Amino acid sequence: MTVLEQSGAYHLAPPPAWRPRRDPDPLLPDREPLRLLGTGAELDGELLLELYGQLVRGRRFNEQATALTKQGRLAVYPSSTGQEAAEVAAALALQEQDWLFPSYRDTLAAVARGLDPVAVLSLLRGDWHSGYDPRASRVAPLSTPLATQLPHAVGLAHAARLKGDDVVALAMVGDGGTSEGDFHEALNFAAVWQAPVVFLVQNNGFAISVPLAKQTAAPSLAHKAVGYGMPGRLVDGNDAAAMHHVLTDAVERARRGEGPCLVEAVTYRLDAHTNADDATRYREASEVDAWREHDPLVLMEQELRSRGLLDDAGAQKAGEEAERMAGDMRERMHQEPELHPMDLFDHVFAHRTTQLQQQAERLRAELEAAEAEGIPAAGEQDRHGQAHTDEQGSRK
Amino acid sequence: MSTATGTSLQPGAQPPREPARKPSTMAQALNRALRDSLAADPDVHVFGEDVGTLGGVFRVTDGLAAEFGEDRCTDTPLAEAGILGTAVGMAMYGMRPVVEMQFDAFAYPGFEQLVSHISRMRNRTRGALPMPLTVRVPYGGGIGGVEHHSDSSEAYYMATPGLHVVTPATVADAYGLLRRSIASDDPVIFLEPKRLYWGKDDWSPEQPAEVPAIGRAVVRRPGTSATLITYGPSLPVCMEAAEAAARDEGLELEVVDLRSLVPFDEETVVASVRRTGRAVVVHESTGFAGPGAEVAARVSERCFHYLEAPVLRVAGFDIPYPPPMLEKHHLPDVDRVLDAVSRLQWESEWRDGEGSGSAGEGVR
Ligand SMILES: Cc1ncc(C[n+]2csc(CCOP(=O)(O)OP(=O)(O)O)c2C)c(N)n1
Repeated sequence: MTVLEQSGAYHLAPPPAWRPRRDPDPLLPDREPLRLLGTGAELDGELLLELYGQLVRGRRFNEQATALTKQGRLAVYPSSTGQEAAEVAAALALQEQDWLFPSYRDTLAAVARGLDPVAVLSLLRGDWHSGYDPRASRVAPLSTPLATQLPHAVGLAHAARLKGDDVVALAMVGDGGTSEGDFHEALNFAAVWQAPVVFLVQNNGFAISVPLAKQTAAPSLAHKAVGYGMPGRLVDGNDAAAMHHVLTDAVERARRGEGPCLVEAVTYRLDAHTNADDATRYREASEVDAWREHDPLVLMEQELRSRGLLDDAGAQKAGEEAERMAGDMRERMHQEPELHPMDLFDHVFAHRTTQLQQQAERLRAELEAAEAEGIPAAGEQDRHGQAHTDEQGSRK
Repeated sequence: MSTATGTSLQPGAQPPREPARKPSTMAQALNRALRDSLAADPDVHVFGEDVGTLGGVFRVTDGLAAEFGEDRCTDTPLAEAGILGTAVGMAMYGMRPVVEMQFDAFAYPGFEQLVSHISRMRNRTRGALPMPLTVRVPYGGGIGGVEHHSDSSEAYYMATPGLHVVTPATVADAYGLLRRSIASDDPVIFLEPKRLYWGKDDWSPEQPAEVPAIGRAVVRRPGTSATLITYGPSLPVCMEAAEAAARDEGLELEVVDLRSLVPFDEETVVASVRRTGRAVVVHESTGFAGPGAEVAARVSERCFHYLEAPVLRVAGFDIPYPPPMLEKHHLPDVDRVLDAVSRLQWESEWRDGEGSGSAGEGVR
């Protein structure tokens, strides 16, 4: 009797104690994305109206940001036109103490969560990498390296639970991002730790030019959850009511300590990847047109009208409200951002190193020299002024 | 900047019909190098994110999938570790993968494969498993890119033994060096200065300039007053600075384009600095522990008795790459280069002690 035989026997016949740690059946996603609008489901009228208002605002936000890009006011804008329902639902499913972990496309979710549009656009405008305080808003910085923010969401949610706080993290990623190693590691950690996290995949059909079929061979992205031991949910990402229902459910489930969940929102990117992308290179206009028929805004408006919850006056009122937001956004984005070149040396470390201090002095001298020559260097906008010379670094 | 490709017309001979020489961009030359490499060697395979149908976000792989089929120019899933890791396996099986990292900072998820496997597979296996693969990485700033789109990561690659690190600054070199890289039996990190992608140059693939083997620097502008040592995106800055110094100060600055950071062409650099006695290293990557530190150390070691002044560096500040609206304050420009040149102490003030306390001040 050798050790080898023993281990062989183990592989052939698992001891009776062996069992899957979770019953796979309830983890499997439904075959079809969940839809609620237009199905005659019983839905809360007030919630529908709130979602509608947010969708109208969201669409207007996308249009305004795109226009600002054309006017050179934004360095780049990845529009979420067509995906507003998923964005808005993400924000509305959370409670105040919860955290949102968005990627670069998820400006709308951040705005719907209550952040100032101009602050949210900072990254894409290019005046600073992140224009808001993540701690105060409980919205992590918009993440550009794909899927890299997902493990952060897991860690934060885990930490909150360790501290006994009632906090859920909602982490957003695109279909392409699900191929990154960080996505898999995040899901695995979340499941093993039973962390209160919800992963929201917005499957909008493309990762820049690469269609989903070249991204994954899985039956759905929601299926990916099963292998990690968490449920996967498939939902119509253009159905704001269904999105809200499924996400709220997942968030509350996590809040109850029942662990993480993966939600795949099936939606479509109506615009190009960003204003710099030429979508005609990789997709047919007819495909885009077909999806326009399934526009989240149109779906919601139809539903509300059929239920007698919305009339022309109501639609107009929502439009006007969105217009006010856009007007304010436009006006403030047309003002030159306050730029402070000396900020480059702040917040690199808690305490500025000698080398950085020398470099800061060097830049200050350059700015002053430029100013003396009458070149309106950004130095004139340096609100810190003398502070930099006096203070050896820390600006905390 | 225009590069001399040179014609070999015999005096008095009837000029042959010049091949069509229309200006070409660096992106086009890189595309041509990939095409020619794919055509020349069936083991060459191009893959990465968006390199197929789209032709790459910078269009460097434009048309390759259509011409060579999707098996030879392949859109991959979005996963840098996966791209580099599968490239290792393909290279193990005798292929020559040429992969694209979409932007400098997006190569970071693949660092594990680069550092732990690609760079040392030959060494680990006592030569049994060479890694003839090329990793194309668009790098550097100056294009108004948002966060994570402007990093200069060359120091990380340079500090990893086993990787060649190459970066062209001209259209002709882009073509020649990429062909050389793909043909190399060692892994090459091919850094593409993205702000030079669209600069046109009088170059035609019918007359590719002779590009020496990887590891050879080139003197782009001869001079006697001091040597500017640079590469990639900073070459045009140095050329402009040299023109300005000649025009305004009567100084003749020699400009050395390294072209290859690993291997490092010490001989060309040392010969130049011994001639001029003064040197400034210019790059946009951060200065502290940056590429210039290595160059300056080597120059000091080899040229100590020839130097009239300390070797200076002009580099990006030691900060995370700033947002686009502030990047102009970060990137070395002509003024900073000229300022460093002026700090090389043209008279003998250095010894008088007049500038001694401040010679290194503010120099990065
Ligand atoms: C790690 C990493 N690799 C590459 C990129 C470059 N990139 C930016 S967006 C994008 C496509 C993302 O597609 P998807 O995840 O589906 O999100 P979507 O843009 O559709 O919202 C790529 C490849 C990146 N940002 N990060």
